[in-house]
Amino acid sequence: MTLAPQQLLTMYRLMATIRAFDNRAVEEFHAGNIPGVVHAYLGQEAIAVGVCTALRRDDKIVSTHRGHGHTIAKGADLKRMMAELFGRSNGYCHGKGGSMHIADFSVGMLGANGIVGAGMPIATGAALAAKLAKGDGVAVAFFGDGASNEGSFHSSLNLASIWKLPAIFVCENNHWAVAVPASYALSVAEVSARASAYNIPGVTVDGTDVLAVYEAAAQAVQRARAGEGPTLLECMTHRWRIHSEQRGNPTDPRPREAVEAAQQNDPIPVFGAKLQEQGVATAATLTQIDRDVREAIEAAVAFAKASPLPQPEDALQDVFAP
Amino acid sequence: MREITYTEAVLEAFREEMRRDPTVFHLCGGLGALASLIPEFGEERVRVCPISEDAYVGASIGAAGSGFRPIVSPGMMTFAFTAMDQIVNQMAKIHYMFGGQAPFPIVFRASTGGGRSAAAQHSQSPHPMFMNLAGLKLVMPATPYDAKGLMKSAIRDNNPVVVFEDQILAASAKGPVPEEDYTVPIGVADVKREGRDVTVIAIAKMVPEALAAAEELASEGVAVEVVDPRTLVPMDKETLRASVRKTGRVVIVDEACLTCSAAAEIMALLTEDPATFRALRVPPKRVCAPDVPIPYSPIMERFCLPDKTRILAGIREVLV
Repeated sequence: MTLAPQQLLTMYRLMATIRAFDNRAVEEFHAGNIPGVVHAYLGQEAIAVGVCTALRRDDKIVSTHRGHGHTIAKGADLKRMMAELFGRSNGYCHGKGGSMHIADFSVGMLGANGIVGAGMPIATGAALAAKLAKGDGVAVAFFGDGASNEGSFHSSLNLASIWKLPAIFVCENNHWAVAVPASYALSVAEVSARASAYNIPGVTVDGTDVLAVYEAAAQAVQRARAGEGPTLLECMTHRWRIHSEQRGNPTDPRPREAVEAAQQNDPIPVFGAKLQEQGVATAATLTQIDRDVREAIEAAVAFAKASPLPQPEDALQDVFAP
Repeated sequence: MREITYTEAVLEAFREEMRRDPTVFHLCGGLGALASLIPEFGEERVRVCPISEDAYVGASIGAAGSGFRPIVSPGMMTFAFTAMDQIVNQMAKIHYMFGGQAPFPIVFRASTGGGRSAAAQHSQSPHPMFMNLAGLKLVMPATPYDAKGLMKSAIRDNNPVVVFEDQILAASAKGPVPEEDYTVPIGVADVKREGRDVTVIAIAKMVPEALAAAEELASEGVAVEVVDPRTLVPMDKETLRASVRKTGRVVIVDEACLTCSAAAEIMALLTEDPATFRALRVPPKRVCAPDVPIPYSPIMERFCLPDKTRILAGIREVLV
């Protein structure tokens, strides 16, 4: 499962794009341009990119309240994403979903979800659909360490296991469920240990190392495509921001030192340095990618700001499909 | 016309629609009568699930979003309360929340209603809760004919459709059902008996009770019109209003607890319409269960559930 240089550069570009998108989302939120809430994916970029690089376009993912990274990594359009955050009518959900509910069915992104743990049964169903269609598609559920304490985690892993579904359960363990530490809330040191209860492989990797995530995800995908059933893949990571951006910037309940230590190990420059060591990229190549990414984000924000607001009565549309 | 049972009518709908569309398949909490589908369609399309309602109700949503038409049967609705997040937060909202990007064709069928001394957790009529969840269609067939025709429409619909099957009707109702293909459209009420003196609007098991009351009053020279909404969301309010404008008197019968019942919503739909309001000669009357969990002991359960006797009393109140 060796990656070609072009794929490695795409991975770097996607990580940089997620970083820039969410930095800007946070900024626009506090500038008052984005209503509601924003859950920043900053610091966790290597997981979405590592996993989605192992997927095909027709594979499905289901995301969480912290979903911008997964959505970008699966190939969604930045302009329509940003327009959705701005509550505009040409956003992905026509302004009905916002940051927590972006979906793009055309790239297999079946939606972000504001209820902790709720995406796992849905991804299990997408995996069942892939099996019923007799193809070799797979479905990925992203979720956090907090969601692994929900009943839906346990019932979904059990169901996927007994039916040998092509599902990959990706736990992004950032050690904090909103303000409750995993060290307190989990009965196990690693969420992956719970896989044994469902007779499926459980793997824990460094979620700040995009290549380690990719390797583990690629193995899980291969296993799923071969009809051998689901995998629980736990990626250890750190979230750089408070659980969600809020007006008035309340204090993050987590110890400041732990967050700062995590930021010293930024997965993006670490990966960039590796690409240079391996001769895949020069410093100039990476600088150019960073510049392209900044332009793409500028264009997305400009598109969002120029986009029309919905009409109030558009609220009455799309309750039911025709 | 031949007569078949309510359950056989529902099974016929499944067989016909599963032959018609290979994407239709079942996720069920227990096989029950669905076992008869396995010889023709196999265990792949008639899937028995572990008792994990949240997982398989959620799986139906993921499968529907991936091109299939699942039919989910958790058995009793009260069992599926463990899946309420998937029903309320996901199934009902997902199409709207994502801006209508993809259809979610799901049939969610469960049994409801009391009358079997099964006590509070196995006797509820929770349909009014579901009427308040924007995004779910809701049908409650009263006859085998409607059960088959509405089930076929529900399977072909591009939205989540909740089908509540009364457990007494499912166990004992029998009636005429054509052999040829037909559907009953969602959102269309049915006048089950015509009459000029008083309208009785009745839901599910209350329809045969209302018809029995109408039969009894006919011998006294009172012509009762019995109207069955059949679909609660979207409600065919025009058919209901037209009947009340004709008779000027209405009794609304619903097995749910009184407060915020379907009967309450129907009463609002009738009385907020100026022409219907003006046509009313007496205040409308609701016949519902009292606001209590349904009790176990038969003498108390009979006291709580509406039946022919209580419908007759209600009709006599509005005939004064």
